[in-house]
Amino acid sequence: MSEQTKKHHSPSYSIYIFVWLFLLVLTGVTVAVAGINLGKMTLAIALLIASIKSYFVLTIFMHLKFEDRMFRIFVFVALFFLAISLILLFSDYSFQ
Amino acid sequence: MSSDSSHNVSYLDYKGRWKGKITSWIFSTDHKKIGVLYLFSMLILFSIGVLFGFLMRLELIAPGKTIMEPQMYNSIFTLHGIIMIFMFIIPGLPAIFGNFFLPLLIGAKDVAFPRLNLLSWWLFMFGSLLAILSVFLPGGPVDTGWTFYVPYSVRSTTNVFPALIAAFILGFSSILTGLNFITTIHRMRVQGMTWFRMPLFVWSLYATSWIQILATPIIGITLLLVVMERAFNIGIFDPSLGGDPVLFQHLFWIYSHPAVYVMIIPAMGIISEIIPVFARRTIFGYKFIAFSSIAIALMGSLVWAHHMFTVGMSPTAMIIFSVLTFLVAIPSAIKVFNWVATLYKGSIQLDPPMLYALGFIFLFSIGGFTGLIQGALSVNIHIHDTSFIVAHFHYVMFGGTGFGIFAALHYWFPKMFAKSYNMKTAKFSFWTLFFGFNVLYFPMFVMGWLGMPRRYYDYLPEYHIYHFISTIGSWIVVIALVAMFANFIVALRKKEKFTEENPWGGETLEWKTSTPPPLENFDIEPVVDSHPYEYKMNEPDQDLLKEEGTK
Amino acid sequence: MSQVNEQTIGHVHRDDEATRIGMWLFLFTELLLFGGLFIAYAVYRYLHPHEFMMAGKELNSFLGALNTVILLTSSLTMALSIAAIQRNKKNLSIFLQVLTLILALGFLINKSFEWSIKFSHGIYPGSETLLAKGSGEILFYGLYYTMTGLHAIHVVIGMIIIGVMTLFTIKGTINSGNNVRLESAGLYWHLVDLIWIFLFPLFYLIL
Repeated sequence: MSEQTKKHHSPSYSIYIFVWLFLLVLTGVTVAVAGINLGKMTLAIALLIASIKSYFVLTIFMHLKFEDRMFRIFVFVALFFLAISLILLFSDYSFQ
Repeated sequence: MSSDSSHNVSYLDYKGRWKGKITSWIFSTDHKKIGVLYLFSMLILFSIGVLFGFLMRLELIAPGKTIMEPQMYNSIFTLHGIIMIFMFIIPGLPAIFGNFFLPLLIGAKDVAFPRLNLLSWWLFMFGSLLAILSVFLPGGPVDTGWTFYVPYSVRSTTNVFPALIAAFILGFSSILTGLNFITTIHRMRVQGMTWFRMPLFVWSLYATSWIQILATPIIGITLLLVVMERAFNIGIFDPSLGGDPVLFQHLFWIYSHPAVYVMIIPAMGIISEIIPVFARRTIFGYKFIAFSSIAIALMGSLVWAHHMFTVGMSPTAMIIFSVLTFLVAIPSAIKVFNWVATLYKGSIQLDPPMLYALGFIFLFSIGGFTGLIQGALSVNIHIHDTSFIVAHFHYVMFGGTGFGIFAALHYWFPKMFAKSYNMKTAKFSFWTLFFGFNVLYFPMFVMGWLGMPRRYYDYLPEYHIYHFISTIGSWIVVIALVAMFANFIVALRKKEKFTEENPWGGETLEWKTSTPPPLENFDIEPVVDSHPYEYKMNEPDQDLLKEEGTK
Repeated sequence: MSQVNEQTIGHVHRDDEATRIGMWLFLFTELLLFGGLFIAYAVYRYLHPHEFMMAGKELNSFLGALNTVILLTSSLTMALSIAAIQRNKKNLSIFLQVLTLILALGFLINKSFEWSIKFSHGIYPGSETLLAKGSGEILFYGLYYTMTGLHAIHVVIGMIIIGVMTLFTIKGTINSGNNVRLESAGLYWHLVDLIWIFLFPLFYLIL
């Protein structure tokens, strides 16, 4: 095991502010898109935007980008578990 | 490093800042003491569960009313399930032996978060007491079955509320233990203890902890939703409010099926520890056993709906879940084959831990195979909710996990308490238990196949003979358990200390420290430079072959 | 680590990486706690698409959007406060933490405003107005109150944690060399934000 505790230098203030502005823009886009009737695409677009937002919160605000690779694997495992549960569940509901 | 005062002090004698005998235990953050706390609290709960099971069997000895009313019977099987599952089998091995031995096995001083560890025990006690208390509160003991199926659990007038909260708290305790173990395994392995030098019990705990962390919250929220539905009339599952009761069953089993693997994987880990020691051979297929734990944890998360083949799911879902269920048998079988291969040409000593380990392999195999029978869709429809299922999961849970816990207890008892138990009594109780177990549960396979439904209070006369035999079996099991516990109690009360470091000749780290272990586990920090099961005497196959040749 | 042991054993090595692992694992349990609810949402929305849309239109998307902006901004101030303490700017960090708390409070006020409007319209669990509606709408509001309510509880817990961290920062036990606790509090706060990122479009924006 590596004994050295890695120095955690967080990124500069400006990156955070930049990401924050970007998140605000995406929020605006979500609200704007919701006003247009795109049928079934509306939900898909809303979820896509929410996922992009979460990606930036996870990687920048939550420092996942600067952490050990192990943390990213952990997050993947957790999300995978949730996703697979949802998919298998819908093998029931969507074929009824 | 440590100051000298803590050296060579047995963890049993160390009191820290607490003066009282009891406070020095219940406020201790020492993982060994917490393990012992869990051991005693769980054995008490187990005994209560056994008592309920015993009463249930007694009621069923003859058709019609024997000793209790139907409502009482419903409560008793519910409590038997809740206690045995949530308070004994799910948390049992990780909380008792994981706590005590995980740090010892990887050469650490303690777990990563000792105070959190103490908190989990307190949560466990709080949840357990709440569940027990619900029996005595006005409203009457909960009668929904341990599965809390809606809509009945929303409408039952019994004390469902405290029981649900208790299950939620117990789940939280189990999550904290899992979190602690994963962090400990990642961060606190001693120098030289690489991932593939970890004892297999540690691997099994690692896989188990992940299930605890990922699956437990799902049942937590599901039970909370039922609580909300009871308290505020919120429409979630209740069909009269538009809800879908089958969704409850899905969410319930998304946790509760993986929980089955929380129960069995650590038991498999224990068996993988014991077999090489008593066969004096290195474990066969170390990596396969290690990875099969992970594979079981992963695949076990994908099969939950095989509990629901009769609720009216889509045919597509039924086929998918049936196929996935068959696949889980593969990693389980890998383990069994590897254990048997380890035994092959070993010099086997039939000491009590080994007897329980062999008992495990035998009973678990029966439980596993009957699991496959139920995994087949068409057969499942026939035997769904019959006592065939009851027999199956008792073979897996009691014959598997229960025997695993007893194996661990006989294996590690001398190390934990520095006392030796009577070998003859231990062997007697094993054989009695093994015999009584089969008398108790095997008839259930037969009558289930013939159509005896589970959880029923009454039955037709043609099932009488099977119920009768089964009840006799329950008496034998109780006699065996009393003998086993009496043996341990007598051992604990012995004056004479047992200080041998390594009574069974094991190679893992817990046998390389004094008995009982000192406060910080090792007086000199161990260095690991080899695999955990290297038996120098007759380890490699070639030596055995040469011996054969000279004969 | 443990107080009991500290007295005789003395210095115990602090392991920030272990704290981080532990915190992330805890976040997964929170994620899956809400995950169960999102699963329920997905199923019921699939079964009652039209009624979900009808009910969703009743929610005030302006208040929802405002709360999204508030929560995103509080995430920013939280992240900045950690960056500040790591650069040894104690006062800036305290200021940013207090700002986070104020924003969180704003979120809750806004939320209670929104809930009380719904209540005044007679839409709350078990109410006659709600029970008279179709089952899809009952389920929508059941999930709405449960999910936003559970989220609000998490906001309150997050505020308590951040408040304690602010006290630690003022006392100096959280400083430029030892700030893993503040970092963990930050992780928790960002998770609360993450969940809201999904709650917002799923409840307020379905059309």
